[in-house]
Amino acid sequence: MSNQQPNVAPILSVRDLKTYFFPDEGTVKAVDGATFDLLPRTTLGIVGESGCGKSVTARSILRIVERPGRIVGGSIVMQKNGAQVDLAQLDPESREMRQIRGGDIGLVFQEPMTSFSPVHTVGNQIIETIRLHHPVSKQEARERGIAAFRSVGIPKPERRIDEFAFELSGGLRQRAMIAMALSCGPRILIADEPTTALDVTTQAQILDLLRSLQEREGMTIILITHNLGVVAEMCDTVVVMYLGRVVEEGPVDAIFHNAKHPYTQALLRSIPSIRSIARTELPTIAGSIPHPYNRPAGCPFYPRCPDFKPGVCDKAEPGLTVVGDGQAVSCFLYEQT
Amino acid sequence: MGAPVRLLEVSGLKKFFPIRRGVMQRVVGHVRAVDDVSFFVEKGECLSLVGESGCGKTTTSRCILRAIPPTAGEILFRPEDGQVVDVAKLSKGELRPLRRQMQMIFQDPFSSLNPRRTLLDIVAEPLVANNIGNRREQLDRVADLLKLVGLRPEYMRRYPHAFSGGQRQRIGIARALALNPSLVVADEPVSALDVSVQAQILNLMLRLQDRLGLTYLFVAHDLSVVKHVSDRVAVMYVGRIVEMAPTAPLFATPKHPYTEALMSAVPKPDPRLRSQRIVLEGEVADPANPPSGCYFHPRCRYAVDACRTETPQLREIERGHFVSCHRATELRLKGIAA
Repeated sequence: MSNQQPNVAPILSVRDLKTYFFPDEGTVKAVDGATFDLLPRTTLGIVGESGCGKSVTARSILRIVERPGRIVGGSIVMQKNGAQVDLAQLDPESREMRQIRGGDIGLVFQEPMTSFSPVHTVGNQIIETIRLHHPVSKQEARERGIAAFRSVGIPKPERRIDEFAFELSGGLRQRAMIAMALSCGPRILIADEPTTALDVTTQAQILDLLRSLQEREGMTIILITHNLGVVAEMCDTVVVMYLGRVVEEGPVDAIFHNAKHPYTQALLRSIPSIRSIARTELPTIAGSIPHPYNRPAGCPFYPRCPDFKPGVCDKAEPGLTVVGDGQAVSCFLYEQT
Repeated sequence: MGAPVRLLEVSGLKKFFPIRRGVMQRVVGHVRAVDDVSFFVEKGECLSLVGESGCGKTTTSRCILRAIPPTAGEILFRPEDGQVVDVAKLSKGELRPLRRQMQMIFQDPFSSLNPRRTLLDIVAEPLVANNIGNRREQLDRVADLLKLVGLRPEYMRRYPHAFSGGQRQRIGIARALALNPSLVVADEPVSALDVSVQAQILNLMLRLQDRLGLTYLFVAHDLSVVKHVSDRVAVMYVGRIVEMAPTAPLFATPKHPYTEALMSAVPKPDPRLRSQRIVLEGEVADPANPPSGCYFHPRCRYAVDACRTETPQLREIERGHFVSCHRATELRLKGIAA
């Protein structure tokens, strides 16, 4: 659907993914029909505000959605050794899934301080990961860990590997996190807000690192972020989500220069750009993101939408309509009837 | 209007935190969180302190409010009666009447509002604490304040949990304005908010400033936000101001290499501008053990010998444009075109 080059098969295809949470109070449709393709050696950005389902999408792919949440529909098809595996059908605890998680797909979390164990050295945690996926001795795993540390630009890796997470600075911790995700040679790296907790100059270092790793290892990256600047710098294709729905997807240039969905357009207008005119009224999106329990019927964006059509948008949910080269939008403005 | 009045003038401000070790808790060193900072804020303007974590921007703002006592330096504040006082030297009792004129907007709207108290309690608290008005008048004032920040007064009996992040930040702003302050210190007021809500709060703050003649000291790390709200900007690095200038010249023609690197590191929301970013090597210097000379020299690509040995002073190289860099006048640094 969102492919420019039909000759390249996607490495991962998500189709109509639905991940719902069932707490006592009701149902939260955290991801409600996400569809996108991930092409090899590219970076896909999933962007949206809090509660849009971007992190749950990533967790669904890795099958680490926590109860009371579960995948209730759709498929996540990954190419593996020439065959196709539907991750949505696997048992999260199964041997196969555990090999894929960390082996084929690596994950970098947002907060490196809380994702490392505080009572084990970072080295021991990497060694554990490597030995979980490869039958190697402790010594060899350690060597690989040091090599991974070196490859992400950690100075004095043979010393740093014996330190605890709290002894590393924020930037080094995030590098160590990336080293751990890379230690088993994944083909896909999912980075969930990898630079959100970091300062801008450190962020620039980490983004550079991700880019050079992609060039060197030929990795495919899913970058989850709320920062449109990071998306513009890093991604080839972009998926914009709002309240669990994909509202627009397409090549990065189309999203930033020819956005079709009123939400994408409004989101882009509302960021104070470093190039915009100072101290002028910024265009805003009216209201705020609804609580997941009170999700509006129909298009989830209609109460805040400037192009709201009564009787249409609040009645049915729009489907994804192809509007251009690899660009698709879910909005009644573009739906052919 | 006449000559601009300096509402706040800070000079030589220092805040050192002792590092204690061992059984005897002996002081073995100091974290120089704020290290000889001087600046002023004119009445009605917005000055931003910008920098990365640990640069001392929050500590500076907290010293000004006397939330923490400064180690050294002067903080001259001009209250409404025009009698300039040194906030750094005042006793607690003498500070009390001044505190009404300096208020704070906090970063995290989720932890800065007491979940067990209604909006009325929260916004009226400054009035109650200062014995202003009777209950009836306080109620009216709270209703006015809520209207002022774009909330419906009918909500005043509700609790904070019923409100979204943006609405809570509006509540925090209403509370800060309850006593008609002249100086408002806003510490990262929008960094915890979603992008679509950020713009609403920034617009609100700008509108309020015009309407009430507020003076803002804005503490932030996001340069795009800073550029949008400030009249002048002070860039901090490891406890010091490295550059201070009116917003437009600072962004167009930065004079300090750190400012240049900081601006170039901000990801621009336009894929056609994937630029040659300056990626700084290494990490921010340790404020407990700063490098010799200019604190920035180990990461500076323009550093010369003098930078390693001599500490540069903040000097005015153009009207209103202060820089602390030995090579400020010879370097042609890249800014961001407006």
